[in-house]
Amino acid sequence: MSDTSSTLEDIISQEYQHGFETAVEADTLPRGLSEETVRMISAKKNEPEFLLEWRLAAYRRWLEMSPPQWASVHHPPIDYQDIIYYSAPKSQKDGPKSLEEVDPELLKTYEKLGIPLHERAILAGVAVDAVFDSVSVATTFKDKLAEHGIIFCSFSEAVQHHPELVRQYLGTVVPVQDNFYAALNSAVFSDGSFVYIPPGVRCPMELSTYFRINAKNTGQFERTLIIADQGAYVSYLEGCTAPMRDENQLHAAVVELVALENAQIKYSTVQNWYPGDKEGRGGIYNFVTKRGDCRGAHSKISWTQVETGSAITWKYPSVILRGDHAVGEFYSVALTNHRQQADTGTKMIHMGKNTRSTIISKGISAGYGQQAYRGLVRIARAASGARNYTQCDSLLLGDRCAAHTFPYIEVKNASAKVEHEASTSRIGEDQLFFCRQRGLSMEDAVSMIVNGFCKEVFKELPMEFAVEAQKLLGVSLEGSVG
Amino acid sequence: MLIIKELHAAVGDKPILKGINLTVRAGEVHAIMGPNGSGKSTLSNVLAGRENMTVTAGSVQYLGQDLLAMEVEERARAGVFLAFQYPVEIPGVGNVYLLKAALNAQRKHRGLPELDAMEFLALVKDKMKLMEMSESMLYRAVNEGFSGGEKKRNEILQMAVLEPTLSILDETDSGLDIDALKIVANGVNSLRHPERAMILVTHYQRLLEVITPDFVHVLAGGRIVRSGGPELAHELEKQGYAWLGSEAPEGKSSAT
Ligand SMILES: Nc1ncnc2c1ncn2[C@@H]1O[C@H](COP(=O)(O)OP(=O)(O)OP(=O)(O)O)[C@@H](O)[C@H]1O
Ligand SMILES: [Mg+2]
Repeated sequence: MSDTSSTLEDIISQEYQHGFETAVEADTLPRGLSEETVRMISAKKNEPEFLLEWRLAAYRRWLEMSPPQWASVHHPPIDYQDIIYYSAPKSQKDGPKSLEEVDPELLKTYEKLGIPLHERAILAGVAVDAVFDSVSVATTFKDKLAEHGIIFCSFSEAVQHHPELVRQYLGTVVPVQDNFYAALNSAVFSDGSFVYIPPGVRCPMELSTYFRINAKNTGQFERTLIIADQGAYVSYLEGCTAPMRDENQLHAAVVELVALENAQIKYSTVQNWYPGDKEGRGGIYNFVTKRGDCRGAHSKISWTQVETGSAITWKYPSVILRGDHAVGEFYSVALTNHRQQADTGTKMIHMGKNTRSTIISKGISAGYGQQAYRGLVRIARAASGARNYTQCDSLLLGDRCAAHTFPYIEVKNASAKVEHEASTSRIGEDQLFFCRQRGLSMEDAVSMIVNGFCKEVFKELPMEFAVEAQKLLGVSLEGSVG
Repeated sequence: MLIIKELHAAVGDKPILKGINLTVRAGEVHAIMGPNGSGKSTLSNVLAGRENMTVTAGSVQYLGQDLLAMEVEERARAGVFLAFQYPVEIPGVGNVYLLKAALNAQRKHRGLPELDAMEFLALVKDKMKLMEMSESMLYRAVNEGFSGGEKKRNEILQMAVLEPTLSILDETDSGLDIDALKIVANGVNSLRHPERAMILVTHYQRLLEVITPDFVHVLAGGRIVRSGGPELAHELEKQGYAWLGSEAPEGKSSAT
């Protein structure tokens, strides 16, 4: 009879499957960061004056700031002068006009990632704005979306074609001085996605971006801005993978969501950045600021995330519930294995009356994985009738990993109702034995139990993403029956 | 089908089974009775391959194979089924999903084509009728929020779907109301077959009235201290286990 824990080990120690590199020529700035770097990035992108000024202001703020120390993560100090801040595949310099013009090497990369761009787009009705390192290489379905007045393009394009929208909304959710990494991103961000849904329009398809860090030593600083105007609806999917490397790579993105009156934004992420090897060498440092602003009454923003990758994750997708009756949701599955560290959670800031928020967080730790849930629920004085429900569950596989929960609750209005539930459990020996006694392999038994544990979050994901998420957790598809 | 010889097993360093001898042939139904803590569940779990129980001596042959050398899932796929005394809950995993995955894992092992969703549903609904279970149970998470009796019925549903060669039912009758007991008994009886065998662990004669066993064994202090026909169960019902004290535990311990 084999020892349970050793078999468990085999399953949770699967090798990273997206660790290949694409050989394309790159147009790259030298290492290091200075005012000159910021000016060069802005110039390469042919940006309007206001944006350069904005970047420079952010850079100057950043110089005065220091990295946050409060998170439960540990890493050697990052040398910001040893990072390349801009890298664009050279063959993309003039920008592809259509998919046919896209470098076949790049398209192959996406195919290896499981997103054959054209097919996927056609079959699934997904518009993919694929970001390859710093430049958006292909955007599909733009024309179809344009019929509805929807703008879905790379951030750089938005700067060229819709500078007034960029100017109006950029930095209004995550101000440049918000935190160290957000300030850095504001100074040097290279590209990302931009979405604008006009009033009353329901976006007819899921919008999807695949981010991928390719070139060595390239910090990736994307910037995403999504605006749902009054009564608009959009569902946005973000997926991430990165090739295998020994050195650590920094990824400091900023995502801003704005929902005006009666608007709704659903933002889903499956993050599978390279987590480093078993000893903790290499892997992505994922220091991301994601925030949504429910600016109008009856607006709604939902974050759903499945985080399985990165060496270190530092991420708190948040919602500011400004409008009355606004709704904020956060559904999260985070998995840490080997030496991975994750400090993740959310902030729900209730400002409007009768605002509601729901937080469901599922943490899975295996190996020496370290995980912290850090959540803030703040009910402002004016937020009468506000409600929050928080549920944080941790599942431990093996006995060398750990999970911690840090819920912060600040209530300034007596009519508010805040509920918090938390649980920590080990994967049940009884459950595993039961599943195997019914004929399932150890691997399938673990998958099934973990999958069941994450069920409440997976059901929030769009179908195809749910499938991917389950696969990512080494789980076969549940729900093929019934 | 099953030949257990001088089986000793321990939990941690505490010896529980102290020399079990038992032979079960195809077509037979054996009942195992005995006081609380005598080792009935331990025996059942050792046969199923539970890891935290160490076999310290003895052998078990199942269909000519060395059962103790097989992994838990290999035993299951070879047709060994254990209905648990305390069925576990698996939050978030649909009952129907578990059943389908289990059946297909076993079919695959036997070289049979896996059943698709439609075929499987037809099969399982049929079995549910037999168990008089409501269809809604299929879509609930495995045993989550099930009543004690519903959990036991669910175990028998799994048995009915998997059609095992050797079924070990550990106190499946405990906690069942009279109607449920009949339903479970019907389920069990419908699986009786010249090619299959069953071991029923029970404390009560009432189960043995509806499922007549071929043999009854009394397990006490980690050994089978008495074996007999169905009449032994009647006797026990009347006398209890007080007589055990006077009977040497070395006593007759094989049944064939
Ligand atoms: N995990 C364990 N740790 C310590 N002792 C155990 C463990 N499992 C079983 N035992 C002990 O082994 C002995 C036999 O237990 P077992 O469950 O096999 O009895 P049983 O005959 O099934 O009893 P019951 O009729 O109450 O179900 C008991 O004394 C029990 O306390
Ligand atoms: Mg027992």
